[in-house]
Amino acid sequence: MNLVLDIFTIVAVTAGAFFFLAGSVGLLRFPDVFSRVHALTKADNLGLGLIVLGLLPQVGGLLGAAKLVAIWLLVQLAGTAVAQVLARFARRTSDST
Amino acid sequence: MSGLGFVEVGLVVLVLAVAIWTNLARASFAAAVGFIAFGLLLALVWVRLDAVDVALTEAAVGAITGVLLLSAAARMRPSEGAALLERPGAAMRGLIAVLCAAVSVGVAFVVLLPADPAPTLAPAAAANLHATGMGNPVTAVLMAYRAIDTLLEKIVLLVAVVAVWSMAPDSMWGGRPGLTPVRQDNEALAFLARLLPPIGVVVGIYLLWNGADEPGGAFQGGAILAAMWILARMAGLVDAPAVSRVSLRAGLVAGPVVFLAAGFAGIALAEGFLAYPAGWEKPVIIVIETAMTLTVAVTLAMLLEGPPARAPSPSLRSTAAAHGATRGDR
Repeated sequence: MNLVLDIFTIVAVTAGAFFFLAGSVGLLRFPDVFSRVHALTKADNLGLGLIVLGLLPQVGGLLGAAKLVAIWLLVQLAGTAVAQVLARFARRTSDST
Repeated sequence: MSGLGFVEVGLVVLVLAVAIWTNLARASFAAAVGFIAFGLLLALVWVRLDAVDVALTEAAVGAITGVLLLSAAARMRPSEGAALLERPGAAMRGLIAVLCAAVSVGVAFVVLLPADPAPTLAPAAAANLHATGMGNPVTAVLMAYRAIDTLLEKIVLLVAVVAVWSMAPDSMWGGRPGLTPVRQDNEALAFLARLLPPIGVVVGIYLLWNGADEPGGAFQGGAILAAMWILARMAGLVDAPAVSRVSLRAGLVAGPVVFLAAGFAGIALAEGFLAYPAGWEKPVIIVIETAMTLTVAVTLAMLLEGPPARAPSPSLRSTAAAHGATRGDR
């Protein structure tokens, strides 16, 4: 059972790291603000989500698991709001020029 | 302490790279962003060194200096092109380089060549921990062994606010700092500023309460409370109080006043200034820490708000306009 959980952790965390890598590549390679923001928010949502999911079997108690999920939810909230603010600012400034 | 792992080497390389990049960045906005990233990486370094208290403080201080530097960069932007053209001469730049290198070499010398064994008070601090009623040795050092340092730090914070406020034009004195808030109810920022502060306030108070036994304390808790205020302020949901308001000033001095009162009470009730009466250490420390959290939160928020920039009352606003000081009136 422990082996199964460990394999699950390795697979999920690796997948999460892949999304962070893809998000970073997107940030560097995509042509404009909107697609770069899009790439970054995918890394936040899926990358961190998969890493948290992978770490859940490794924390001892329910409290630790709840804290991990709370961190993921807070990062989602902040990431989404900041992406909106950035995108609106970019659209306003590109309109005016 | 033995050997460096993959994560440590990666962190060291990243910290050095970001530090060099921040120094080389020509635009002050880019340098400020680099400095924020540098602060976050440094916080991770402190976590790897098992100094979580320092990491929390570094993250909080780094975020606040970051905001201050960003707003300074925005203010300096119109004159930045001209400032970049005014380069100091080769001799002056050489002198700066030599002095900076001397400081770096001096620090490296002190850190890398410690006495063997390195002088430490850690065993004595741990042995007397039970007498303070604290479980976190960092809090015990800050609030009991070296309480006078912590008291003076809080007074320095107060002096910083006085310095910022003294930048105000005469016509604005007693008024509100910053810009008049513009409510944008459909903006994502307003949504975040409504949803996050209840969580942030709980986390801030948790850090204060937890500081007795786990990493945390008055400064870290107060910094999070200040961040929640700034978030609501940026979204235009609240307005800054006038600097002449009594409740604001009470919040600014609450920490030092309670700390000093407890200190002088120690002369009468215990062995001397800042000594706590036996058996009452923990309650006294909690009362001081609570007042200090309030003061740290109010002080940091007011440092970010800046000097008063709006005239205190409508009758005075006309005189402010006559002086041509209409900054802050949108």
